[in-house]
Amino acid sequence: MADTNVSRRDFLKIAWGAAGALALVETGGVVLSFFSPRVVEGEFGGVIDAGAVDSFQPGSVTPFTQGRFYLVRMPDGGFLALYRKCTHLGCAVPWNPAEGKFICPCHASSFEMDGQVINPPAPRPLDRFAVSIVDGMVKVDTGAPIQRDRASADDLVYAEVAS
Amino acid sequence: MNNELDPRPEDLKQRVWESIQRDELPPSDDRGRMRLVMNNLVLHLHPSKVAKPTLKFTYTWGLGGLALLLVALLAITGVMLMFVYTPTPASAYQDMLNLQTDVWFGQLIRNLHHWSGNLLVIVAFLHMLRVFFTGGFRAPREFNWVLGIGLLLLVVAANFTGYLLPWDQLAYWAVTVGSSLLSYIPLIGEGLRNFLLGGPEVGAATLTNFYGLHVAIIPLTLMGIVSFHIWRVRKDTLTIPHTVDGKVDGSDDGDRIEKVTTLPHLVSRELVFALIMTGAILLWAVWVNAPLEAAANPDHSPNPAKAAWYFMGLQELLLHFHPVFGAIIIPALGLGALALLPYQRFDLSAEGVWFRSRKGRWLALVSVVTALIAVPLLVLLDEYVIDLPGMLPSLPTVISNGWLPLAALLLLLIGYYDGTRRLFKATACEARQGVFVLLVTSFVVLTVIGIAFRGEGMALMLPWEVL
Repeated sequence: MADTNVSRRDFLKIAWGAAGALALVETGGVVLSFFSPRVVEGEFGGVIDAGAVDSFQPGSVTPFTQGRFYLVRMPDGGFLALYRKCTHLGCAVPWNPAEGKFICPCHASSFEMDGQVINPPAPRPLDRFAVSIVDGMVKVDTGAPIQRDRASADDLVYAEVAS
Repeated sequence: MNNELDPRPEDLKQRVWESIQRDELPPSDDRGRMRLVMNNLVLHLHPSKVAKPTLKFTYTWGLGGLALLLVALLAITGVMLMFVYTPTPASAYQDMLNLQTDVWFGQLIRNLHHWSGNLLVIVAFLHMLRVFFTGGFRAPREFNWVLGIGLLLLVVAANFTGYLLPWDQLAYWAVTVGSSLLSYIPLIGEGLRNFLLGGPEVGAATLTNFYGLHVAIIPLTLMGIVSFHIWRVRKDTLTIPHTVDGKVDGSDDGDRIEKVTTLPHLVSRELVFALIMTGAILLWAVWVNAPLEAAANPDHSPNPAKAAWYFMGLQELLLHFHPVFGAIIIPALGLGALALLPYQRFDLSAEGVWFRSRKGRWLALVSVVTALIAVPLLVLLDEYVIDLPGMLPSLPTVISNGWLPLAALLLLLIGYYDGTRRLFKATACEARQGVFVLLVTSFVVLTVIGIAFRGEGMALMLPWEVL
């Protein structure tokens, strides 16, 4: 047991070291949080009213410049909001109506209408934003892009059919 | 009462002067010259005497001094630019336009800053090559080599953060593409990118962040490490240049190393070189304007969107490898190897000899030619013939387009090292230099392909079709 005894000197050394390390971590925390990204209210990052359900034709792609997304209405009537930022290196991907796909100008990645990758180097489909339909109006929450491994029919949001 | 006479001179003018400059000017003998170097704030960065052979221009090419000159030019022009520039998206681009039309000599000062900044990236890189090829990193100088690698990274970071400030299309998309490389670091990548940009995309917060980094944090860190770097050189001195026959280069009887006073032998050479280079940069800046494209437009990416030129080698790698490999693993391996390089065992007889030895020179040449042929060939093969992910659809692309090609390339490298050792009967020191030359040339070739041979949609084409 004698070996495991910590001398007073060692105890103070360890205590000083621990206190110093704690102070460093705290200072680091202060600096990191001071410089952390600040969210700007009201602009990109908030919930955006896209418009009435009926104003979007099935099979259409409508760009929203301020919200930085495309509101896609699939031919079956399902809604999908796609973040326009290429999943490869962040370029703005334009919709090419003639070819019916998104083609990135930077490294020629291309995507289906539902965001699925047709042509790499993009590693995953275009990110999407959550879409909700309230009283016949389409709302898009641009707060957090949702990453996905593959495009799925579950991503689509449908307007309730009046019965 | 003490009636002893004050020994200081009567004349007030002379008394003021001697309170500022304590030593005799000009010094009358070598002792005086050495004392002057030692007592002067700026000159004492140098030792008071230096080995005469190290003064030979073709040994150092003055690259370290040139880098320091460029840092000074950048500091002066940079501070001037700070007075006519506001880092907000609303005014940054307008300030650039005003700089060209309203500010007296605004275009010239911007050109000087722009070209010095880009030249510094090249000069720092060449300085590193010079130190490597003359064995200047050997003990006790290993850690100074590591500091130098840190300085090279800081120079690139300074250039990259400055790239954004004009807020034109070139700036906006180069930084978008460049910072997206970061987001491929596993786990922390996205967070790191968002932290640096102040949000998920390049915007107002990014401009503020980059401005702070560019004008305060990076320059202060750089100057601190530069001082340390130079202080170490002063303590460790330069390696003595030797010819391939093992004789001291620039000595009459081959062995004796003559020492001369720093003043005037080194200082006069430095001043002449600094003056010539300042003149050359000034001439260049008068004739060639720094580019300024249309104002940044986040809605429209130009085609092709290229990263800053010194990242084009990485961007080229990214076209051939899975992003985690192209942007993170391969560069990290390269930098790690570079930092550990001076801790390898080193053949003492090769110190101070350009390219180690006669065989080392041949091997370096062979390595350059090999890279010049092999890299374009591999790029063409990967572009038009081999499609690993397509051939192995059942494997995830991290393996088919990452681990597999990387393993193949590493095997080729090991084969090259082994082959040159057998074929040339090269020492480990010479063979390692061969691999280093092979890799550096490959990086340069990839950079050139990225800059000059990639056009619309990043498709391969000939340089006159790109521009």
